[in-house]
Amino acid sequence: MARENEDAGMAEDVSKAKSQRKSKAKETKTRTVHANTLHDFAKGEENPSRRYANNRIKTTKYTVLSFLPKNLFEQFHRLANVYFVFIALLNFVPVVNTFLPELALAPVLFILSVTAIKDIWEDYRRHRSDMEINHMDCLVYSRAEKGYVEKYWKEVRVGDFIRLRCNEILPADVLLLSSSDPDRLCHIETATLDGETNLKQRQVVRSFFDLDCDFDPLKYNSVIECEKPNNDLNRFRGYIIHQSGKKDALYKENLLLRGCTIRNTEEAVGIVIYAGHETKAMLNNNGPRYKRSKLERQMNVDVFWCVIILLVMCLFAALGHGLWMFQYGDKRPVFDVLSPEGTNLSPIMSAIYLFLTMIIVFQVLIPISLFVSIEIVKICQVYFIHQDADLYDEETDSHLQCRALNITEDLGQMQYIFSDKTGTLTENKMVFRRCTVAGVEYSHDANAKRIAMYQEMDSEEEECISHGGTLPRRDSVGSHQSARVLRSHSTKSHRRTGSRAEAKRASILSKHTAFSSPMEKDITPDPQLLDKVNDCSSQLDFMRLHSQPMSQLPSDLSDVFDFFIALTICNTVVVSSPNQPRQKVRMRFELKSPVKTIEDFIKRFTPSRLTSGSNNSSSSSLNRSSNKGGSSMQSCPSAESTLTKLNEEQSSSVMEHAFSPAPPSYDGKAFCTPDEGELRYEAESPDEAALVYAARAYKCSLVGRLPDQVTVELPHLGKLNFELLHTLGFDSTRKRMSVVVRHPLTDQITVYTKGADSVIMELIRPPITGNSKGRRQKKILCRTQNYLNLYAADGLRTLCIAKKVLSKDEYARWLQHHLQAETAIQRREELLFESALRLETNLQLLGATGIEDRLQDGVPETIASLRKAGLQIWVLTGDKQETAVNIAYACKLLDPEEELLTLNADSQEACKLLLEESLHYIQAKFLCSSGDASAKDFHANVSSFEIYPSSPLSSHAASDSVHRLGLVIDGRTLAYALDASLEDTFLTVARSCRSVLCCRSTPLQKSMVVKLVRNKLKVMTLAIGDGANDVSMIQVADVGVGISGQEGMQAVMASDFALPRFRYLQKLLLVHGHWCYSRLANMILYFFYKNAMFVALIFWYQFYCGFSGSAMIDQWYLIFFNLMFSSFPQLISGTLDKDVSAETLQQLPQLYTSGQNSEEYKPYMFWMNMIDAFYQSLVCFFIPYFAYTDSDVDLFTWGTPITTIALLTILLHLGIETKTWTWMNCLSIAFSVALFFTVALCYNASCPTCYPPSNPYWTIQRLLQDPVFYLLCTIAPVAALLPRYFYRACHSTLFPNPVQVGRQLDKLPADTRRNILSLSRVKMGSWLSPRQPSLPVGKPQNCTQKDQRGTEAPAKRAGAESVQQGPAHPPDPHSSSLKELGAKNDPLLSEELQPASTKDPSDPSWVPSTQMDRVQLNLPPSRAPPCVTYVRSSETALSCEQTPPCSRGTTAEAELYTAV
Amino acid sequence: MGKEKSKSGPLARRPDNSAFKQQRLPAWSPMLTASAVLPFFYLLALICMLLGVWLLLTVQNTQEMKVDYTEAGSCNLCFEMRKNVSNAGQRCTCMIMFSIEKAFKGDVFIYYGLRNFHQNLRRYMDSRDDGQMLGRKSNLKSPSSYCKPFDVDEKGVPIAPCGAVANSMFNDSFILTYYTINGPTVVPLLRKGLTWYTDKNVKYRNPKMDNLTLPEVFEGTTRPPYWQKPVYQLDPFDPNNNGFINDDLLVWMREAAFPNFKKLYGFLYRANKPFTKGLPAGNYSVTISYNFPVQYFKGRKEVVLTTVSWFGGQNHFLPIAYLVTSGLILLTAVVLTVVWWKFGKDGKNMAD
Repeated sequence: MARENEDAGMAEDVSKAKSQRKSKAKETKTRTVHANTLHDFAKGEENPSRRYANNRIKTTKYTVLSFLPKNLFEQFHRLANVYFVFIALLNFVPVVNTFLPELALAPVLFILSVTAIKDIWEDYRRHRSDMEINHMDCLVYSRAEKGYVEKYWKEVRVGDFIRLRCNEILPADVLLLSSSDPDRLCHIETATLDGETNLKQRQVVRSFFDLDCDFDPLKYNSVIECEKPNNDLNRFRGYIIHQSGKKDALYKENLLLRGCTIRNTEEAVGIVIYAGHETKAMLNNNGPRYKRSKLERQMNVDVFWCVIILLVMCLFAALGHGLWMFQYGDKRPVFDVLSPEGTNLSPIMSAIYLFLTMIIVFQVLIPISLFVSIEIVKICQVYFIHQDADLYDEETDSHLQCRALNITEDLGQMQYIFSDKTGTLTENKMVFRRCTVAGVEYSHDANAKRIAMYQEMDSEEEECISHGGTLPRRDSVGSHQSARVLRSHSTKSHRRTGSRAEAKRASILSKHTAFSSPMEKDITPDPQLLDKVNDCSSQLDFMRLHSQPMSQLPSDLSDVFDFFIALTICNTVVVSSPNQPRQKVRMRFELKSPVKTIEDFIKRFTPSRLTSGSNNSSSSSLNRSSNKGGSSMQSCPSAESTLTKLNEEQSSSVMEHAFSPAPPSYDGKAFCTPDEGELRYEAESPDEAALVYAARAYKCSLVGRLPDQVTVELPHLGKLNFELLHTLGFDSTRKRMSVVVRHPLTDQITVYTKGADSVIMELIRPPITGNSKGRRQKKILCRTQNYLNLYAADGLRTLCIAKKVLSKDEYARWLQHHLQAETAIQRREELLFESALRLETNLQLLGATGIEDRLQDGVPETIASLRKAGLQIWVLTGDKQETAVNIAYACKLLDPEEELLTLNADSQEACKLLLEESLHYIQAKFLCSSGDASAKDFHANVSSFEIYPSSPLSSHAASDSVHRLGLVIDGRTLAYALDASLEDTFLTVARSCRSVLCCRSTPLQKSMVVKLVRNKLKVMTLAIGDGANDVSMIQVADVGVGISGQEGMQAVMASDFALPRFRYLQKLLLVHGHWCYSRLANMILYFFYKNAMFVALIFWYQFYCGFSGSAMIDQWYLIFFNLMFSSFPQLISGTLDKDVSAETLQQLPQLYTSGQNSEEYKPYMFWMNMIDAFYQSLVCFFIPYFAYTDSDVDLFTWGTPITTIALLTILLHLGIETKTWTWMNCLSIAFSVALFFTVALCYNASCPTCYPPSNPYWTIQRLLQDPVFYLLCTIAPVAALLPRYFYRACHSTLFPNPVQVGRQLDKLPADTRRNILSLSRVKMGSWLSPRQPSLPVGKPQNCTQKDQRGTEAPAKRAGAESVQQGPAHPPDPHSSSLKELGAKNDPLLSEELQPASTKDPSDPSWVPSTQMDRVQLNLPPSRAPPCVTYVRSSETALSCEQTPPCSRGTTAEAELYTAV
Repeated sequence: MGKEKSKSGPLARRPDNSAFKQQRLPAWSPMLTASAVLPFFYLLALICMLLGVWLLLTVQNTQEMKVDYTEAGSCNLCFEMRKNVSNAGQRCTCMIMFSIEKAFKGDVFIYYGLRNFHQNLRRYMDSRDDGQMLGRKSNLKSPSSYCKPFDVDEKGVPIAPCGAVANSMFNDSFILTYYTINGPTVVPLLRKGLTWYTDKNVKYRNPKMDNLTLPEVFEGTTRPPYWQKPVYQLDPFDPNNNGFINDDLLVWMREAAFPNFKKLYGFLYRANKPFTKGLPAGNYSVTISYNFPVQYFKGRKEVVLTTVSWFGGQNHFLPIAYLVTSGLILLTAVVLTVVWWKFGKDGKNMAD
């Protein structure tokens, strides 16, 4: 409802913005900014840039004057409102009017004014926050004052100069012109913008770089040309034109965005480029999203039915009235009043008039207050979800955010979950695990042990907490205990790390640093490697001392050295010291910028520099000699030598920095003291930090980073300054990043590249054959690849490290192109991309690293319980297949006992073939395992594969066919599979698998998969992710969930719900989703019932009043009944009712299926409720009717008891439907009754003539003295509610549905309940499965007896316990889980049933050996293959042949062979 | 809902751990299983049963007598006469004999009953002006538009009381005669206090007199078209029972809920013998001044004599309703007991 408003509002905004933009676009394509100081306003001179929007922001929708028309206009976009206004206006027509016209307006006005007040309140809040923001202070340069004066934000204009001090918030988008920082840098924190907590560097515009003195705005006379305001935070292009005509490009690095905070910079000056609503921050600011939930869609169908019922009733009454009139013929009775004109109305005309009258009378049937009530209830639900302490994350001090306010109930109906992996399932906190250097693997066993130790510590700590019982909340203790129990069962618990305690420790230790917990920082070095590093550096040191060329270093040692240098410098990590958080360590002596121009390059790399550099040529002989040696005996014998000689002087100056003692400003001791470890690294991505920390463990530590220089501390060599020539940042297309540095020891221009193995391996220079070096290279390459596979199999993220030495010529050539690219205004991104590609070729492989991305806390448990809840979980990740598969095993998404179908195809045809074969295989397997071998069943099952479910209902029935299969598909195959011709087959295959894993998928593919599943299967989908690559998926899904993790806020911005951690999804869905759904579903059903029941009362009366449209219920009661008398209790129970307690819902995830199957609100329930409503209204009408028939009762004396009875019946009905009674429920019901009587008493006593045409003066007062009134009010509700009560009692006794069983469990004492749950998990699971809820457990199940292998019923009881220790069972079919049970019980049978893989499920070697497998299923299509011979050959040469006994005659073959 | 709490520190945004916000309010969650509801059902059945029996006994003590006089006996003539509208001005009197076998004990109420007369039609009901009946001078002179077309006559003179309700007022009158051995005795009827107290004193009032007589007050208005005499002459015997506070008018103006209804005509005046204990058994006659036409709407007219109990006149429905409901509840309870016995216990076992 509000959505329409909002949409309209947004559309309006957009169109407004568009029109503005259009009008400006006519003027120019770019924005020109002149400084305001150039124009003297005193003389009336206007700066052209004054036309641009000023900095005053106004986010309010209305003004005082425009509020009424605009708000009304928006509200009338809602169809229901128009309908109700139409009815109210109809009431002003004398022929058809029923009520006092003014009174009839009341409900509509009430609804409109409630919404209006809500809008006013929201608008006022926006206004206040606008005011607050507009009146913040900042320093603006004033020409008159010749200095900076304080001004309000709103007075800031484009072209103003602004001085910013540390910790100030930026008032507008400002181009940085000066900074107090010696590097001409300014650090900003963009947390409010994108949620990233690390500092970002911004640079002063280059032309103002060399300003020695303070920036003087009066001397500024340049013109800035830049692009029009847009909302891309990561783009800013333009150039600045100086008076000299010189042009200088502007980048996003020069722009400070509104809303960011200045850090670490004492003072900065800038010129305002975009202000107010044109700032990027404001342009990015979209309101909450509005979606329509499934429940609401269903409800709208029923509202439509209500309209039809209404029309039928009105037609019926009109027809009745016409006939009634007709029977009197021409002679009119005295009571048939003539029309005001004194003429007789014909029966037909009266019938037509009556039809309209009846619409007014029966208007209550279309529940005017339903829409408002739903909105109120949803707001309350959102409030409670917000307030849930269990969804609060202490570590990040954040709780769940509901960004979409009106789809809370969708959370209770999810069927498919699509999850991202990195950052969602995993922590995105990287821990260095192992590495390979030059083909030698360093396994870092000690490190692994240490990490394992962390786990132990965690669990101990947890134990302490839970035993100590110091936690304030009892339930949290409970959850800890249960978590521990689970953990002790889990065999793969080593992956799970990071308890709350650990997280807290980490957060306290490093409050201000991103991505660093002790686990990531403390890395125990591998002794072997450490020795080598020490060796290497001592040798280097020795060589340096003895002026030996560096190339004498053994190649393996030099590789080790380069490897660590690359780890240390090939990143964008910023160093800060702990004592002054975010104060970067100053390590520089000379200001030098990175190479930015050709002139610069020439200046620096040509002899001319010799003279300029001579002033600091007081280098020690030691340095000089080593340098000489290094350069003269270069390993590459190119024409370099001449250049090097020329460079000698210059490089020596570099060397000087490198080897000079620590500057006085820096406490040199810090390097040696343990304090050194406290240097903090702020990285843009967590794996960078992990690698830097890893390098530091090998004493190769990054101690400083400046835009043009990186300082590395090495054990024997001391500090080395690497001159940073270029940084080619990471992007997802290249999947790598590079730095170009000048190596201080060799003085070579070296490129260090780090990136995904698949990419780097292709860029490696092919080894020269025949050469010993080449052979070595080849060996390294081959070995590294092997280790990479191994790492991936362990679930580690792999990165390859490579380097490349550039000759000066090569570099110069490349640089020329690169500089062109950099200065280009058009197509800059593309050009830079190409430029990077040119550089990153012919690399030399150094080694590879394996980083562990640890699973988030509680992920396996969450996945297990979500799966038990009947949710299909698909993981869509960009990671490589091996890593993904292993993470999937770790988080229990895949089960070692499951068979894995791996689809890797190179072409459309291959993909098609593969899919079809898998399908056949699944069908065959299904036959084999499903038990019932009858041909009929077979056909039924096969057809279930082909047929698309037409409704969600049948789709769920089809999920019977989900097997113990896992499907792994890679991005390329996915692209083929998503083709229109194959998507059906793909879906069929995917649907019959228990888990689906899509690797190497692009963001677009992710969203396509979600869309496909959502549209084709007609299921409710939820997408969860944390990064920008998940945004499209999140937007496509019915419910998008963002993890407010470490990869910024894009996912959160796009999401409907933002969670701090994946594991909270469990409570969000299982508890809140279930509650919201069941509350709202029940409330909506109740609403329909209530209105139908009330309206039907009047309808019955029409039979007694000649269908004349008169109502025995007074107009006041009629109009306010819904709005006031009966509204509060349903709101309370719609907000607070809990059908099952939160604990039980979490412990019995099966209960979630009730929401998935829409069991609380099925279409037939609407009609059942309607029938019940009609029955109840019959009782409530006819009991008073017969009690008063033939008496002298007048209309309202008879009608008021009916109203009272109806109210009591409706409230008691709610009482039956209410599952939990709190004092608020009781109070609200008491309040409703009291309110009715108070209003009735007042109304009936107030005024005898005020409310024509009705006149119920003193009616209720007399009634209250009449015993019949009380007798009626007792008997009628009892009789009316008896059937429903009886039905409820019978149903919950005879056929309790799972939810009711859950409620029964709730009633048991807590410890008993826990025992039951832990003992009978499987039993309850099968019992609770929605398909056969009525079967008592004690009785033998049919399906087990049908088991064709002849396993008999005795299996199941005993089997329960044995299975319980086994892995989680598929939550699906009752029968299959029980059969599984039987199979387990019988060892012979289980052998036969399970494929070979299950024989050694714990053997981890099985995992790597199969992940590359392809399922090749060759099934003879001619004969139906009921069983499969299953052959698998793998590295371990494990093969197995199997002929299950179900049909030994016909066997088909399925082969799995390794593709490697 | 949310007061801004100025918390600070690392856990500043932690939600309050209050029972309300965490949805852990102490709650009673009744299970609607057979075992839980059975005692309640039996109790309810018992209560309804007892009430029903008591009511039944009470109703048995009341008596009622209905005499339909529409076409009965000599009234047939009048019935025929009233068929013709042109005879509206002519008087017609008829008499009907009836006998009471069992004496009516206590207060006896005399009603006139109408069948098939829809006083509850929407437009008919609205056709009145309460302001005028409250004695507002302005409404007297210009009746509310609700009264149309009975607000003014052809000459534009306002009608008092206006509207269709007043216009169609029942205007038969009855004289009840008791035939003792000594000869016929007119049964004395009390024709006052027929209305609600509030109607007579608050809701309806004559326009302010200011030392004027009633006819003077109503000057400038005319009688409703179907009436024989103006509103200030309704009761020839009691001048204080005229105008808008005439009891018969007030009774008529209280619109009946159903098409078949009765309205109070008078009480038995029990001061003198032989009526001190009520109506004795014997023969009676009722003499009707037959004015009200009913043939257009196939209506019936009747005289009703009844005694009342503490919950109204003779109506067996309420006690029967109680007894039936009680029976139903009992039946339900028995079924539930069986259900509980057979299955409910198992369900409980399962949970245990």
